[in-house]
Amino acid sequence: MTTKPIYIIDGARTPFLKAKGKPGPFMASDLATQAGRALLNRLPFAPTDLDEVILGAASPSADEVNIGRVVALRLGAGQHVPGWTVMRNCASGMQALDSAIANMEAGRANLVLAGGVDALSRAPLLFSETMVHWLANFYAAKTSGQKAAVLARFKLANLAPVIGIMKGLTDPNVGLIMGQTAENLAWRFGISREQQDEFAVRSHQRLTRAQEQGVLDGNGTGGHAEVVPVFDDRGHLYALDDGVRRDSSMQGLAKLKPFFDKKYGTVTAGNSSQVTDGAAWLVLATEEGVKRHGLAPVGRIVDSQWAGLDPTQMGLGPVHASTPILARHGLGLNDLDAWEINEAFAAQVLGCLAAWKDPGYSEEHLGLDKPLGELDTEKLNIDGGAIALGHPVGASGARIVLHTLNVLRRTGGKRGIATICIGGGQGGAMLVEAL
Amino acid sequence: MHPAEPIFKGDAAMSAKYKHFRLETDRDGLVWVTMDKQGASTNTFSKDVMEELSALIDDLVAMKPRAMILRSGKDSGFIAGADVEEFKAARSVDDALAIVRRGWDTFNKLAAVPFPTVALVRGFAMGGGLEVTLACKYRIAVDEPATRFALPEVMLGILPGWGGVMRLPRLVGPTAALDIMLTGKTVDARKAKRIGLVDAAVPPRVMENAARMMALEAPPQKKLPLKERMMAGPLKGMVANMARKQVAKRARPEHYPAPYAILDLWQKYDGDPFAPPAGSAASMATLASHPTTANLIRVFALQERLKSLGKESDFTAKHVHVIGAGVMGGDIATVCAMRGLTVTLQDQNAERLAPAVKRAHDLVRKRVKDKYRARDTMDRLIPDVAGDGIRRADVIIEAIFENLEVKQNLFAEVEAKAKPTAILATNTSSLKLADISKKMKDPARLVGIHFFNPVPQMMLVEIVKGDATRPELAKDAAAFVRQIDKLPLPVKDAPGFLVNRVLGPYMANAFRLIDEGIAPETLDKAAEQFGMPMGPIALADTVGLDICAAAGKSLAGADAKPPACLVKRLEANKLGKKSGEGFYRYEKGKAVKGQAGPVTDDLIERLIAPYLAEARKTVDEKIVADAELADGGLIFGTGFAPFRGGPMHYLAERGRA
Repeated sequence: MTTKPIYIIDGARTPFLKAKGKPGPFMASDLATQAGRALLNRLPFAPTDLDEVILGAASPSADEVNIGRVVALRLGAGQHVPGWTVMRNCASGMQALDSAIANMEAGRANLVLAGGVDALSRAPLLFSETMVHWLANFYAAKTSGQKAAVLARFKLANLAPVIGIMKGLTDPNVGLIMGQTAENLAWRFGISREQQDEFAVRSHQRLTRAQEQGVLDGNGTGGHAEVVPVFDDRGHLYALDDGVRRDSSMQGLAKLKPFFDKKYGTVTAGNSSQVTDGAAWLVLATEEGVKRHGLAPVGRIVDSQWAGLDPTQMGLGPVHASTPILARHGLGLNDLDAWEINEAFAAQVLGCLAAWKDPGYSEEHLGLDKPLGELDTEKLNIDGGAIALGHPVGASGARIVLHTLNVLRRTGGKRGIATICIGGGQGGAMLVEAL
Repeated sequence: MHPAEPIFKGDAAMSAKYKHFRLETDRDGLVWVTMDKQGASTNTFSKDVMEELSALIDDLVAMKPRAMILRSGKDSGFIAGADVEEFKAARSVDDALAIVRRGWDTFNKLAAVPFPTVALVRGFAMGGGLEVTLACKYRIAVDEPATRFALPEVMLGILPGWGGVMRLPRLVGPTAALDIMLTGKTVDARKAKRIGLVDAAVPPRVMENAARMMALEAPPQKKLPLKERMMAGPLKGMVANMARKQVAKRARPEHYPAPYAILDLWQKYDGDPFAPPAGSAASMATLASHPTTANLIRVFALQERLKSLGKESDFTAKHVHVIGAGVMGGDIATVCAMRGLTVTLQDQNAERLAPAVKRAHDLVRKRVKDKYRARDTMDRLIPDVAGDGIRRADVIIEAIFENLEVKQNLFAEVEAKAKPTAILATNTSSLKLADISKKMKDPARLVGIHFFNPVPQMMLVEIVKGDATRPELAKDAAAFVRQIDKLPLPVKDAPGFLVNRVLGPYMANAFRLIDEGIAPETLDKAAEQFGMPMGPIALADTVGLDICAAAGKSLAGADAKPPACLVKRLEANKLGKKSGEGFYRYEKGKAVKGQAGPVTDDLIERLIAPYLAEARKTVDEKIVADAELADGGLIFGTGFAPFRGGPMHYLAERGRA
């Protein structure tokens, strides 16, 4: 539990833009700047009043490694507002919020802009290790004879690039691609291809409905839009999450081949989250910050939790992070009014639900005498999730916290949990309360 | 003392001799001459400064220093050139020639000193400020946006007579030199390095060291490329003739003799202003006595006066909110963002904002060369569908379509949300402020800030004071207009204000002449012969015939019969350039024009008379405070032939003749 009240003042994000096989129209800092300036513009303080800016990013590009500072300056926060960057893979955006909370609890800050971003479409292509060694030898060669000798050893295969994003999505300790860890859960809990595809179709349907009802444009949350439009330098407008498939169907999804465990697996591109660009921000404040700037808080972050688990089962991270929060507050799964479990993979979310029902898993891994039971899926990801709108890794953790609050405000709910699985075998969760 | 400053031996005795210069000798034996004109914020070469420099050069030659470095002691820049006030005050051609003689001799003396000389230029070096650097052996530019070189003499109808015409072509070659001398355009530090105008462009942190090393090393002078040497040698006549043809496209010799004189002086007299015989077109005497020269100096003074109108308030804006993202509103927003302001741009939905964002990117890409500063500019321009910026803004400008009721409701809403200190402004061109402010609680808060299309190019902005407008608010608005580097002109809230009021009868008359059977080509040619930058018919096509018709209606009243030539084209949906055809047909944005008929003095008179008559009426009716402001407004707002000094001045001169 936080040692002092941490208020959510407002939050906004860009539309999540699906990667289309080439670098997208925005750099990560462009996305974070456009969402951030729209958010700050509607709040009653100046960007220079912020105590700090914290941005989570799993793969900042080489020219903006400390992207938190880059964006703070681009937002007009001025030279004196520190900006920094945090990284905890898929939970980087949630880590930014938690780091803000820690600094506010310690009395070091009272008003913080925190969030996450990634432009995965701009993930780099890398030279292979053999190519790097070849180049090193070539540059080390002094005489033309030596150079010719190195040239003679060149193989065309050296040029095959390493796809940066595949590296990022592969566990460096156990060597599994993230989708293979999802296959592990499908196997362990007997989650079928059909169940996964059904879950995916529902995600698309729910996001479609949310877009049609305008709930992401501020309908039901006092007009303060969660999604703000962004514009590229040719004047193209991006107003909606564009990965959603309004016509998503079981028949359509059934045609896709397993992507990670080729041929024999069940996890496809269709029942996994999409590779996407996007940014999400929240403005957090202490009591003092609220008073000083005359702010009107809309929610609180009441508690947060991080957890570690077997990297090959990383998708169960939400179970491990959320369960201690439930225990601390004496809550059952359905005592909450809203749940956001980030949809890295359908198999992974379904795996979490299965684990909470499974007596063996609950006892062995969660230390529970009896399982927590069945989570009401009508409270879970009611506006769809990353399968439909994408998973710009660094941004997702911040997005689900913001969205949990917006769902609570819209439905008149009180408390909700936003939780996310983290590559490398971790989970993060936050308990959010609407005011 | 700044840590990067060289260590000096005291030269107090030496410096005490001069009012406008400081002399310091550093441990390497280099003499640093810092020009710091007494009692002025800007360095200019007035008579006493020039005489002191001349004496200083004599002293230096006697001192035999290892080298000399010339720099400025002013934060505002290097040297702004000659003292224009002195030039304006020159009573006779002889007075003017004495000014030229003083600089010419002094700079020649500087060029002849037997030790290395380095000009260290930070900020502007204009006219004589550039010419003094040309008389030094080396030039170092500090690579900052404020560092700019130019020879703007041509814009005042004179020529760079302090050695510019002689030395600049030798240094950078005829191509770049003629471009600079004939257009008056400015060159930044990086371009100056690229064309060879300076020996190095360096960041401020190493500027002293760069000047010191340049002075100590005294590297050999670079030679011009062969092509440029050919153009300055055997091909000189051909180059000059080609340049004359280029100039003729923009300026007629009878209207603007200066560029032709510059070309003559370079081609035939190697830039020596005292070489041309009396009576020759290239002679300073001929130029100084030409009426254009006095009129262009007058235009310069008018510009300074308009600028001064922005100094009556110390209002500064940080945040501007623009409502209406059409071409006008979008361009206003972009211009503000380029001047460092945070701008929120509002329209009904994001789709309407997208084209404005594109235009903004295109303009910023062209105008802001540094990619980081360009990005900052675009980051400051915030699309704002919800209008959240209204609460934060210091200036709120409405630039939506001309619908009275919509504007009334808008301002009632804006007034409720805006900060009490914010300027609430309308960009209306045809509605009365008193009507627009009807639903406001406090109509004194509304002022007109009226821009002209295309906003990035048009210098003039009318500040419209309604009967109710708080007088200080109009002054604040004028200060804001200066902040975005435009020229404010206070006008009365009467239909058409100044510019459209005068253009209205002029255009209506031109349409009537067309109805009488005169070809558009002939009319436009007549206007150009008079000295207008663009004829009335080409102007109508550019503005849009629908806009012209609407403006005509609002000025002349809805009952007035619109000209037949206009009605005919509107019915055929020929709206001008934007629809591909109006009075002219447009191919790839260029007008396809037929042969113009003969232009008689009588036709010119018939074309211009309504313009002049209306200008006089605006002064009589106190639309602007005086005739001078009418001239300034109409030159910078309509492009009225600058060499004629403005319509009121032209009328007065004609009356005198």
